[in-house]
Amino acid sequence: MKLLTAEKEGTLMVRITGDVDHHSAPNIREEIDQELLKTRPRELILDLSGTDFMDSSGLGLILGRLRKARELNCRLTVLNPTEQIVRILRLAGVEKTLNIEYL
Amino acid sequence: MKEMVNCARVRFPALGENEGFARLLTAGFLMHLQVTPAILADVKTMVSEAVTNAIVHGYRGREGKKCFVFLELKFYSDRTLMITVTDLGRGIDNVEDAMEPFFTTDREGERSGMGLPIMQAFSDSLRIRSRPGRTVVTMRKKLP
Repeated sequence: MKLLTAEKEGTLMVRITGDVDHHSAPNIREEIDQELLKTRPRELILDLSGTDFMDSSGLGLILGRLRKARELNCRLTVLNPTEQIVRILRLAGVEKTLNIEYL
Repeated sequence: MKEMVNCARVRFPALGENEGFARLLTAGFLMHLQVTPAILADVKTMVSEAVTNAIVHGYRGREGKKCFVFLELKFYSDRTLMITVTDLGRGIDNVEDAMEPFFTTDREGERSGMGLPIMQAFSDSLRIRSRPGRTVVTMRKKLP
């Protein structure tokens, strides 16, 4: 798992590469939350185009960041999720709640 | 009459890093079975959820090298894949409750409570037998 973050003009972009599971999720969560509090962006973009695998721990991670972003008046966008990830979001009934974009 | 074509059985310590190992092992087992990336993703997800549950819930508070998770994969001539994940941990108090979407006993760790519903949705059948000291999760998936 590797995390790349970049902040520009009020947007925090986080690119998550590799696998997101129960083992890797806590570190990802901690890094994102630190960046959120440090940069206070208007928008948080989770770029999942390099995310090879995600299970329900990743779902918890996304929903947790959605809550965190809302607390900070920040908009969350999930970018380029794979079909497997979308299926998990759909099962949880949050596919429509989340702002999902494809580039 | 279906026959077993291939099988694998491994045991590994209940360590978080072994969630990825279990997925890799499963992907290796499926390597010659000409499955689509979507089916491979389904099966890896099923295994990942079951192994994570064994580590996080079955062995809660005593994860580590002395607790083992058992993963068994069987492939049959009618292209049925059977996956069994066993732990010798605390057991599930109420399986019906655990099957409910968003049910979680871990309120602080951001667990989504969707592990079992995802396993159920991604497999063709899911069976859980649990008592204190032993939980056996069996999943079946017919490969196209």
